[in-house]
Amino acid sequence: MAATSSSAVSALGSAAVRWTSRCIFALADNRCTWTFVPQRQLSGLTSAGVSGQKVVSTTSFVKRQFSGLRGAAFPGQKVVSTPLFVKSNSRTTMTLAAGVSKFEAVTMAPPDPILGVSEAFRADTSDAKLNLGVGAYRTEELQPLVLNVVKKAEKKMLESGENKEYLPIEGLAAFNKATAELLLGADSPAIKEGRVATVQGLSGTGSLRLGAAFIQRYFPGAKVLISSPTWGNHKNIFNDAGVPWSEYRYFEPKTVGLDFEGMMADIKDAPSGSFILLHGCAHNPTGIDPTPEQWEKIADLIEEKGHMAFFDVAYQGFASGSLDQDADSVRLFVKRGLEILVAQSYSKNLGLYAERIGAINAVVHSSDVAVRVKSQLKRLARPMYSNPPVHGAKIVANVVGDAALFDEWRAEMEMMAGRIKTVRQRLYDDLSTKDKSGKDWSFVLKQIGMFSFTGLNRAQSDNMSDKWHVYMTKDGRISLAGLSLAKCSYLADAIIDSYYNVQ
Amino acid sequence: MEGPMASISLAPAPAATAGCGSGSRFAHVQQAPEDPIYGVTNAFLKDPSPVKVNLGVGAYRTEEGKPLVLNVVRKAEEQLLADKSRNKEYLPISGITHFSRLSAQLILGSDCPAIAEKRIVTAQCLSGTGCLRVGGEFLAKHYSGPKIIYIPATTWTNHFRIFPNAGMEARTYRYYDPKTKGLDYEGMMEDLRAAPSGAVVLLHACAHNPTGVDPTREQWAEIQHLVRDEKQLLPFFDSAYQGFASGSLDADAWAVRQFVNDGGETLVAQSYAKNMGLYGERVGALSVIVKDPDVALRIESQVNLVIRPMYSSPPTFGAAIVCTILGNKALYEEWKVELKGMADRIISMRHQLFDALKARATPGTWDHIVNQIGMFTYSGLSKEQVEYMKTEYHIHMTSDGRISMAGLNTRTVPQLADAIHAAVLQFA
Repeated sequence: MAATSSSAVSALGSAAVRWTSRCIFALADNRCTWTFVPQRQLSGLTSAGVSGQKVVSTTSFVKRQFSGLRGAAFPGQKVVSTPLFVKSNSRTTMTLAAGVSKFEAVTMAPPDPILGVSEAFRADTSDAKLNLGVGAYRTEELQPLVLNVVKKAEKKMLESGENKEYLPIEGLAAFNKATAELLLGADSPAIKEGRVATVQGLSGTGSLRLGAAFIQRYFPGAKVLISSPTWGNHKNIFNDAGVPWSEYRYFEPKTVGLDFEGMMADIKDAPSGSFILLHGCAHNPTGIDPTPEQWEKIADLIEEKGHMAFFDVAYQGFASGSLDQDADSVRLFVKRGLEILVAQSYSKNLGLYAERIGAINAVVHSSDVAVRVKSQLKRLARPMYSNPPVHGAKIVANVVGDAALFDEWRAEMEMMAGRIKTVRQRLYDDLSTKDKSGKDWSFVLKQIGMFSFTGLNRAQSDNMSDKWHVYMTKDGRISLAGLSLAKCSYLADAIIDSYYNVQ
Repeated sequence: MEGPMASISLAPAPAATAGCGSGSRFAHVQQAPEDPIYGVTNAFLKDPSPVKVNLGVGAYRTEEGKPLVLNVVRKAEEQLLADKSRNKEYLPISGITHFSRLSAQLILGSDCPAIAEKRIVTAQCLSGTGCLRVGGEFLAKHYSGPKIIYIPATTWTNHFRIFPNAGMEARTYRYYDPKTKGLDYEGMMEDLRAAPSGAVVLLHACAHNPTGVDPTREQWAEIQHLVRDEKQLLPFFDSAYQGFASGSLDADAWAVRQFVNDGGETLVAQSYAKNMGLYGERVGALSVIVKDPDVALRIESQVNLVIRPMYSSPPTFGAAIVCTILGNKALYEEWKVELKGMADRIISMRHQLFDALKARATPGTWDHIVNQIGMFTYSGLSKEQVEYMKTEYHIHMTSDGRISMAGLNTRTVPQLADAIHAAVLQFA
């Protein structure tokens, strides 16, 4: 006995087609076997079928329902000697990729102005190429550097066999303690009085983002003032956090120095209660920092206007070589009793770039307030990434928490900052020697930290890469951390050529 | 030059609290409520009882009640540390490329047409949460359909926070039926049918958190038909337990693969927190599968624009561990064995608890303990019963009655069974 069944082909809906399948049952020798014969009628569909649709892939799902035969329908089982009723129901469905993509209108975003430089550098095949784009430290041999103390800390961590459980939302307690003390000084009264709320963040960017999200929620409508120029990602962070921003004058091209009057005027003009984003030291991209006297005046004005300072501290230890000296600006504000926000990063000073380790701190008037602020910072972190990564935090906690490793770290940092100062000197010497026009290149020596703002314009910066294979950001910033003594002469030639021969 | 005006804030500025803060600009900031899941751990830590049991957080525990770092993970770490060519330079914005490729293959199968046809974008993100947040922000900015995401009414609580913070409106669809302690299939289909066409729908790939209730394969087919054919909804899968639910990586990816292989557009968030025990390393992968490689490239660039102002680039260590394991045949096989071991232990806890309740003739039906899938059992116990179990038996779990089976062992099963029995009788 053979029985066949088929299901009707349904009309083509918006995207679905059902087609016939045949199921053949053969009953013989007291056994029932069945054969499923799918009949795919796809080939006719693409042309005859529905315009704009394409058969991309198929899936088949078969549902078999047997009734009456249940006890005997399966191979190897005995047939029951009663009248058999076979009913089968099978359906195979294929869904076509119907319609236009819901993302058709998405446009190609431009490459990141800073990270995109490294991509362009990688693609360049010239032997002479030089990457002065990203602010990542390189040795004299132009190799990336993993600090010795970091290697030691990682070895220790592996040997101690610690687990990988979730950190609390606010991060590793030992790290938070260490980072606040590093920033404010271990004997800081603010810390002792419990007035510092610290939450581990995803390096500088992540910490700034938490701070920005906090401003958006708790100071709605408040504006942030950022320096002109500043690190390119600052504006993106505040944009995505929904915080309005405007610029305060900062760089004076005529002196290649700080436009202090312009800065003060713009801060004064800002509506009371604005947030002023300040670079703690080693301003990025200009390398120009206010003097201690100027910092005092900035603090005076911020206090007078009821603004709040939001410090971005990405280079503590890297600017002067001294961790404490580089924190002077922040500590000045705290000593004056001013409430501040501070974002910290360990990307550069501990070379932990890819581990994404930093912190957002709020120094406030009372411990009660600090507790509440911390709870709300956590509430912003939880829907962003739940809790921060453990590896980098443990490295920092291990280095800072061990006196010997801490001292060794200080020495390594002095070495890195020292190499950059040496390279600055050589570049200045080469520029002064090669440039016969008597132009004052001393800004190269005066600027602080990893970067030099050369004053080269867009076209001139393009000339640097196109003709000289020297890669830098289009705002004229070069990363001295990526420069070796051996390459200073070549770079001086490139700068002089671009400055004088390109408009 | 100025940036945009302030957009709508998520919470109204709370009224200033008088008194404390002595002139602090932050005086108006109120204490945030404790996260309910972390709250359980805090209560557990404070409990002085020597027999206390923590069945709160979804983190795997061994039979000895200890956290577990997989052997393959330790091996991978040693390898990484010994590798002199490694450094800590910034990763690309979307993370380690090899990691992204391996992750896509893991969830979709290496023979997935979307991969071969380059219709997929994968970005390394910070575990499941990070993938969902980046995906949500991307959709809020670039999705041409309604910026509404449908989430199961009973779900991981953080889902409700992630999407509004990302700029998506969150709505719910019925999911859990307390009467059957199973799926409210009719309710789910009805609610999805009522959704606006083209809305986004969040689907748990397997081992639904917190209920442990998954659709059957037949139900998945019907859901797929509704999503793709009837409503053109955009599915966004949350895959946090691949391999952990059944012990089989392929079986646990079945639903995701069904959807991706039908050619429609899909988002997938993958987490390695549980299945590789990499909880604190924050490793995950967000994939966007579309119909066209050109669209995929453009999406990649825009996903990068979401990530850059959030944290610039992801952390390297955990992803490097994943690459080492997935990229090495021997380690991969070893991982599968360890993964199955974890899944099997949890399944055995389910059976032990079920048997213990049967032995005590505890009133009620307890089949759901063995029918539900994954790390959690949605016990059906009430708030009062849960509170009673905490105070009288020192069993800590979330107030919705969710039990982390991973936190149980042979020694504590009887204690839990006694506690449930007593609580059920106390609050009949």
